[in-house]
Amino acid sequence: MKIIAFFATFITGFLLIYATVDMPDWGDPNSPPNAHVSPRYIEKVILETATPNIVTAVLADYRGYDTFGESVVIFTAGIICLMLLRRTSDD
Amino acid sequence: MIWQLDILILLIVVICAIASITVKDILSSALLLGAYSFLMCLLWTGMGAVDVAFTEAAVGAGISTAFFIGAVFHMTRRTKD
Amino acid sequence: MINRYENVVIETVSRLLVPALQLFGLYVIAHGHGSPGGGFQGGCILAASFILMVIAYDIRVAKSHMSENLNTILCCLGVFIYGGIGLLCVILGGNFLDYSVLHKILPVDPVKARYMGILGVEIGVGMAVMAVMISIFLNIASRGEHEGHENSVSVSAGVSDRRNNE
Repeated sequence: MKIIAFFATFITGFLLIYATVDMPDWGDPNSPPNAHVSPRYIEKVILETATPNIVTAVLADYRGYDTFGESVVIFTAGIICLMLLRRTSDD
Repeated sequence: MIWQLDILILLIVVICAIASITVKDILSSALLLGAYSFLMCLLWTGMGAVDVAFTEAAVGAGISTAFFIGAVFHMTRRTKD
Repeated sequence: MINRYENVVIETVSRLLVPALQLFGLYVIAHGHGSPGGGFQGGCILAASFILMVIAYDIRVAKSHMSENLNTILCCLGVFIYGGIGLLCVILGGNFLDYSVLHKILPVDPVKARYMGILGVEIGVGMAVMAVMISIFLNIASRGEHEGHENSVSVSAGVSDRRNNE
Protein backbone atom coordinates (compact mmCIF):
# COMPACT_ATOMS: atom_id res chain seq x y z
CA MET A 1 0.00 0.00 0.00
CA LYS A 2 2.82 2.37 0.85
CA ILE A 3 4.46 1.71 -2.51
CA ILE A 4 1.26 2.64 -4.36
CA ALA A 5 0.98 5.83 -2.31
CA PHE A 6 4.61 6.65 -3.04
CA PHE A 7 4.14 6.17 -6.77
CA ALA A 8 0.95 8.25 -6.80
CA THR A 9 2.75 11.08 -5.01
CA PHE A 10 5.80 10.75 -7.27
CA ILE A 11 3.78 10.86 -10.49
CA THR A 12 1.67 13.80 -9.29
CA GLY A 13 4.79 15.71 -8.25
CA PHE A 14 6.49 14.94 -11.55
CA LEU A 15 3.46 16.21 -13.50
CA LEU A 16 3.30 19.39 -11.39
CA ILE A 17 7.00 20.10 -11.88
CA TYR A 18 6.65 19.31 -15.61
CA ALA A 19 3.77 21.81 -15.80
CA THR A 20 5.86 24.59 -14.27
CA VAL A 21 8.26 24.45 -17.22
CA ASP A 22 5.61 26.04 -19.43
CA MET A 23 5.00 28.92 -17.03
CA PRO A 24 6.48 32.32 -17.95
CA ASP A 25 9.71 33.40 -16.25
CA TRP A 26 9.50 35.23 -12.97
CA GLY A 27 9.17 38.96 -13.63
CA ASP A 28 8.97 38.55 -17.41
CA PRO A 29 7.49 41.83 -18.72
CA ASN A 30 6.09 40.12 -21.83
CA SER A 31 4.13 37.41 -20.04
CA PRO A 32 0.32 37.68 -20.39
CA PRO A 33 -0.47 38.81 -16.82
CA ASN A 34 2.23 41.48 -16.96
CA ALA A 35 1.39 42.71 -20.45
CA HIS A 36 -2.29 43.71 -20.34
CA VAL A 37 -3.75 44.43 -16.91
CA SER A 38 -0.79 45.25 -14.68
CA PRO A 39 0.54 48.30 -16.60
CA ARG A 40 -2.92 49.86 -16.54
CA TYR A 41 -3.17 49.40 -12.77
CA ILE A 42 0.35 50.75 -12.20
CA GLU A 43 -0.33 53.82 -14.33
CA LYS A 44 -3.84 54.70 -13.19
CA VAL A 45 -4.10 53.60 -9.57
CA ILE A 46 -2.96 56.88 -7.98
CA LEU A 47 -5.11 58.96 -10.33
CA GLU A 48 -8.23 56.87 -9.84
CA THR A 49 -8.15 55.84 -6.18
CA ALA A 50 -5.44 57.96 -4.45
CA THR A 51 -4.12 54.77 -2.83
CA PRO A 52 -0.32 54.25 -2.87
CA ASN A 53 -0.52 50.50 -2.18
CA ILE A 54 -1.55 48.97 -5.49
CA VAL A 55 -2.29 45.58 -3.97
CA THR A 56 -4.86 47.01 -1.57
CA ALA A 57 -6.45 49.07 -4.31
CA VAL A 58 -6.77 46.06 -6.63
CA LEU A 59 -8.00 43.84 -3.81
CA ALA A 60 -10.63 46.13 -2.37
CA ASP A 61 -11.62 48.36 -5.26
CA TYR A 62 -11.02 46.88 -8.73
CA ARG A 63 -11.64 43.34 -7.52
CA GLY A 64 -14.00 44.24 -4.70
CA TYR A 65 -16.52 41.59 -5.62
CA ASP A 66 -13.90 38.85 -5.13
CA THR A 67 -12.99 40.17 -1.70
CA PHE A 68 -16.67 40.30 -0.79
CA GLY A 69 -16.96 36.62 -1.71
CA GLU A 70 -13.82 35.88 0.32
CA SER A 71 -15.20 37.53 3.44
CA VAL A 72 -18.48 35.67 2.99
CA VAL A 73 -16.49 32.42 2.76
CA ILE A 74 -14.71 33.24 6.05
CA PHE A 75 -18.04 34.11 7.67
CA THR A 76 -19.50 30.81 6.49
CA ALA A 77 -16.48 28.92 7.85
CA GLY A 78 -16.98 30.51 11.26
CA ILE A 79 -20.68 29.68 11.32
CA ILE A 80 -20.03 26.07 10.24
CA CYS A 81 -17.40 25.65 12.99
CA LEU A 82 -19.91 27.03 15.47
CA MET A 83 -22.51 24.52 14.26
CA LEU A 84 -20.22 21.47 14.20
CA LEU A 85 -18.15 22.00 17.35
CA ARG A 86 -20.60 23.66 19.71
CA ARG A 87 -22.22 21.25 22.15
CA THR A 88 -25.90 21.66 22.76
CA SER A 89 -27.55 20.29 25.90
CA ASP A 90 -29.45 17.46 24.14
CA ASP A 91 -26.48 15.32 23.00
CA MET B 1 17.30 38.12 -4.54
CA ILE B 2 20.58 36.47 -3.55
CA TRP B 3 20.49 33.03 -5.15
CA GLN B 4 22.57 31.31 -2.43
CA LEU B 5 20.05 32.46 0.20
CA ASP B 6 17.22 31.38 -2.11
CA ILE B 7 18.64 27.86 -2.47
CA LEU B 8 19.27 27.62 1.29
CA ILE B 9 15.70 28.67 2.20
CA LEU B 10 14.20 26.31 -0.40
CA LEU B 11 16.29 23.47 1.02
CA ILE B 12 15.10 24.15 4.57
CA VAL B 13 11.50 24.41 3.31
CA VAL B 14 11.74 20.93 1.80
CA ILE B 15 13.36 19.58 4.97
CA CYS B 16 10.59 21.11 7.12
CA ALA B 17 7.87 19.70 4.86
CA ILE B 18 9.32 16.17 4.93
CA ALA B 19 10.02 16.33 8.67
CA SER B 20 6.50 17.48 9.51
CA ILE B 21 4.97 14.37 7.94
CA THR B 22 7.55 11.91 9.28
CA VAL B 23 7.87 13.04 12.89
CA LYS B 24 5.89 11.01 15.43
CA ASP B 25 5.01 13.82 17.83
CA ILE B 26 1.97 15.77 16.64
CA LEU B 27 2.95 18.95 18.50
CA SER B 28 6.34 18.92 16.78
CA SER B 29 4.56 18.38 13.49
CA ALA B 30 2.40 21.47 14.06
CA LEU B 31 5.42 23.57 14.99
CA LEU B 32 7.33 22.34 11.92
CA LEU B 33 4.41 23.44 9.76
CA GLY B 34 4.67 26.86 11.41
CA ALA B 35 8.38 26.97 10.55
CA TYR B 36 7.51 25.95 6.97
CA SER B 37 5.03 28.84 6.72
CA PHE B 38 7.56 31.30 8.06
CA LEU B 39 10.22 30.20 5.57
CA MET B 40 7.67 30.52 2.76
CA CYS B 41 7.04 34.04 4.09
CA LEU B 42 10.76 34.76 3.71
CA LEU B 43 10.63 33.47 0.13
CA TRP B 44 7.67 35.70 -0.74
CA THR B 45 9.51 38.67 0.76
CA GLY B 46 12.54 37.91 -1.38
CA MET B 47 10.37 37.86 -4.49
CA GLY B 48 8.90 41.25 -3.62
CA ALA B 49 5.36 40.11 -2.80
CA VAL B 50 5.22 41.82 0.58
CA ASP B 51 1.45 41.61 1.01
CA VAL B 52 1.42 37.88 0.38
CA ALA B 53 4.33 37.50 2.80
CA PHE B 54 2.44 39.42 5.46
CA THR B 55 -0.64 37.24 4.98
CA GLU B 56 1.49 34.10 5.13
CA ALA B 57 3.13 35.26 8.37
CA ALA B 58 -0.15 36.26 9.99
CA VAL B 59 -2.30 33.32 8.89
CA GLY B 60 0.08 30.46 8.17
CA ALA B 61 2.66 30.94 10.89
CA GLY B 62 0.43 32.62 13.48
CA ILE B 63 -3.20 31.64 13.51
CA SER B 64 -3.15 28.17 11.97
CA THR B 65 -0.31 27.06 14.27
CA ALA B 66 -2.38 28.27 17.22
CA PHE B 67 -5.36 26.28 15.90
CA PHE B 68 -3.21 23.16 15.57
CA ILE B 69 -1.85 23.56 19.11
CA GLY B 70 -5.37 24.10 20.44
CA ALA B 71 -6.46 20.87 18.73
CA VAL B 72 -3.39 18.87 19.85
CA PHE B 73 -4.35 19.37 23.51
CA HIS B 74 -7.50 17.30 22.94
CA MET B 75 -5.81 14.22 21.47
CA THR B 76 -2.92 11.90 22.21
CA ARG B 77 0.43 13.37 21.45
CA ARG B 78 1.95 10.45 19.49
CA THR B 79 0.78 8.97 16.21
CA LYS B 80 0.18 5.26 15.89
CA ASP B 81 1.55 4.58 12.42
CA MET C 1 -5.36 26.66 28.33
CA ILE C 2 -8.72 25.75 29.85
CA ASN C 3 -7.60 25.75 33.46
CA ARG C 4 -5.30 28.48 34.63
CA TYR C 5 -1.68 27.60 35.40
CA GLU C 6 -0.26 30.42 37.49
CA ASN C 7 3.00 31.59 35.95
CA VAL C 8 4.22 35.08 36.79
CA VAL C 9 6.60 35.45 33.85
CA ILE C 10 4.14 34.40 31.15
CA GLU C 11 1.26 36.43 32.59
CA THR C 12 3.34 39.60 32.97
CA VAL C 13 4.84 39.36 29.51
CA SER C 14 1.49 38.72 27.89
CA ARG C 15 -0.07 41.59 29.84
CA LEU C 16 2.56 43.87 28.32
CA LEU C 17 2.35 42.29 24.87
CA VAL C 18 -1.41 42.19 24.30
CA PRO C 19 -1.99 46.00 24.07
CA ALA C 20 1.02 46.39 21.76
CA LEU C 21 -0.29 43.60 19.50
CA GLN C 22 -3.75 45.14 19.38
CA LEU C 23 -2.33 48.57 18.57
CA PHE C 24 -0.25 47.04 15.77
CA GLY C 25 -3.32 45.23 14.42
CA LEU C 26 -5.31 48.46 14.33
CA TYR C 27 -2.36 50.17 12.60
CA VAL C 28 -2.21 47.44 9.97
CA ILE C 29 -5.94 47.76 9.26
CA ALA C 30 -5.98 51.57 9.17
CA HIS C 31 -2.72 51.95 7.27
CA GLY C 32 -3.28 49.25 4.68
CA HIS C 33 -3.32 51.88 1.93
CA GLY C 34 0.25 53.05 2.17
CA SER C 35 2.07 50.04 3.55
CA PRO C 36 1.62 46.27 3.29
CA GLY C 37 -1.37 45.09 5.21
CA GLY C 38 -5.10 45.29 5.13
CA GLY C 39 -8.17 43.91 6.77
CA PHE C 40 -7.25 40.24 6.62
CA GLN C 41 -3.79 40.57 8.16
CA GLY C 42 -4.87 43.11 10.76
CA GLY C 43 -7.82 40.96 11.79
CA CYS C 44 -5.51 37.97 12.17
CA ILE C 45 -3.14 40.00 14.38
CA LEU C 46 -6.04 41.18 16.55
CA ALA C 47 -7.23 37.59 16.88
CA ALA C 48 -3.67 36.50 17.74
CA SER C 49 -3.59 38.95 20.65
CA PHE C 50 -6.78 37.42 21.98
CA ILE C 51 -5.43 33.88 21.51
CA LEU C 52 -2.32 34.89 23.47
CA MET C 53 -4.64 35.99 26.27
CA VAL C 54 -6.44 32.64 26.18
CA ILE C 55 -3.14 30.71 26.33
CA ALA C 56 -1.49 32.82 29.03
CA TYR C 57 -4.54 33.07 31.31
CA ASP C 58 -7.60 30.90 30.76
CA ILE C 59 -10.79 30.99 28.74
CA ARG C 60 -12.90 32.58 31.47
CA VAL C 61 -10.58 35.60 31.81
CA ALA C 62 -10.51 35.99 28.05
CA LYS C 63 -14.29 35.71 27.77
CA SER C 64 -14.69 38.44 30.37
CA HIS C 65 -12.95 40.77 27.89
CA MET C 66 -14.74 39.53 24.78
CA SER C 67 -17.95 37.61 25.35
CA GLU C 68 -19.14 35.14 22.76
CA ASN C 69 -22.31 37.11 22.07
CA LEU C 70 -20.26 40.21 21.25
CA ASN C 71 -17.97 38.06 19.14
CA THR C 72 -20.82 36.67 17.04
CA ILE C 73 -22.30 40.14 16.63
CA LEU C 74 -18.93 41.47 15.40
CA CYS C 75 -18.62 38.54 13.00
CA CYS C 76 -21.95 39.36 11.38
CA LEU C 77 -21.38 43.12 11.54
CA GLY C 78 -18.12 42.88 9.58
CA VAL C 79 -19.73 41.18 6.59
CA PHE C 80 -22.71 43.52 6.94
CA ILE C 81 -20.43 46.59 6.72
CA TYR C 82 -18.89 45.27 3.49
CA GLY C 83 -22.23 44.46 1.91
CA GLY C 84 -23.74 47.64 3.30
CA ILE C 85 -21.13 49.85 1.65
CA GLY C 86 -21.74 48.01 -1.62
CA LEU C 87 -25.50 48.48 -1.33
CA LEU C 88 -25.04 52.12 -0.33
CA CYS C 89 -23.25 52.66 -3.63
CA VAL C 90 -26.23 51.13 -5.44
CA ILE C 91 -28.65 53.36 -3.52
CA LEU C 92 -26.62 56.46 -4.37
CA GLY C 93 -26.84 55.64 -8.06
CA GLY C 94 -23.67 53.73 -8.93
CA ASN C 95 -22.75 50.11 -9.42
CA PHE C 96 -22.31 47.57 -6.63
CA LEU C 97 -19.04 48.41 -4.76
CA ASP C 98 -18.38 51.45 -6.97
CA TYR C 99 -17.11 53.72 -4.22
CA SER C 100 -16.76 56.89 -6.28
CA VAL C 101 -20.45 57.74 -5.83
CA LEU C 102 -19.83 57.99 -2.07
CA HIS C 103 -18.74 61.62 -2.60
CA LYS C 104 -22.41 62.55 -2.44
CA ILE C 105 -22.50 61.84 1.28
CA LEU C 106 -18.83 62.33 2.21
CA PRO C 107 -17.16 65.77 2.14
CA VAL C 108 -14.48 64.66 -0.37
CA ASP C 109 -14.03 64.48 -4.14
CA PRO C 110 -14.77 61.21 -6.06
CA VAL C 111 -11.13 60.04 -6.11
CA LYS C 112 -10.76 60.46 -2.35
CA ALA C 113 -14.18 58.82 -1.92
CA ARG C 114 -12.76 55.60 -3.37
CA TYR C 115 -9.95 55.83 -0.79
CA MET C 116 -12.56 56.15 1.96
CA GLY C 117 -14.57 53.27 0.51
CA ILE C 118 -11.49 51.02 0.58
CA LEU C 119 -10.90 52.01 4.22
CA GLY C 120 -14.48 51.14 5.23
CA VAL C 121 -14.30 47.81 3.44
CA GLU C 122 -10.98 46.95 5.14
CA ILE C 123 -12.51 47.72 8.55
CA GLY C 124 -15.40 45.36 7.76
CA VAL C 125 -13.09 42.56 6.62
CA GLY C 126 -10.86 43.02 9.68
CA MET C 127 -13.82 42.83 12.04
CA ALA C 128 -15.19 39.68 10.40
CA VAL C 129 -11.80 37.92 10.25
CA MET C 130 -10.98 38.74 13.89
CA ALA C 131 -14.34 37.48 15.15
CA VAL C 132 -14.26 34.31 13.05
CA MET C 133 -10.71 33.39 14.09
CA ILE C 134 -11.51 33.95 17.78
CA SER C 135 -14.71 31.92 17.45
CA ILE C 136 -12.94 28.98 15.77
CA PHE C 137 -10.13 28.98 18.33
CA LEU C 138 -12.50 29.14 21.30
CA ASN C 139 -14.59 26.30 19.91
CA ILE C 140 -11.52 24.14 19.26
CA ALA C 141 -9.79 24.88 22.57
CA SER C 142 -12.85 24.45 24.78
CA ARG C 143 -14.34 21.52 22.78
CA GLY C 144 -17.47 23.53 22.15
CA GLU C 145 -18.23 24.21 25.81
CA HIS C 146 -19.80 27.55 26.60
CA GLU C 147 -21.65 29.37 29.34
CA GLY C 148 -24.88 27.77 30.41
CA HIS C 149 -23.82 24.24 29.49
CA GLU C 150 -24.14 21.78 32.38
CA ASN C 151 -21.16 19.50 31.59
CA SER C 152 -18.77 22.41 31.25
CA VAL C 153 -16.89 21.97 34.54
CA SER C 154 -16.56 18.18 34.50
CA VAL C 155 -15.30 17.94 30.91
CA SER C 156 -12.66 20.61 31.38
CA ALA C 157 -11.45 18.83 34.53
CA GLY C 158 -11.08 15.64 32.46
CA VAL C 159 -8.98 17.50 29.94
CA SER C 160 -6.58 18.72 32.61
CA ASP C 161 -6.27 15.16 33.98
CA ARG C 162 -5.34 13.85 30.56
CA ARG C 163 -2.77 16.58 30.12
CA ASN C 164 -1.17 15.75 33.46
CA ASN C 165 -0.93 12.07 32.55
CA GLU C 166 1.16 12.62 29.46
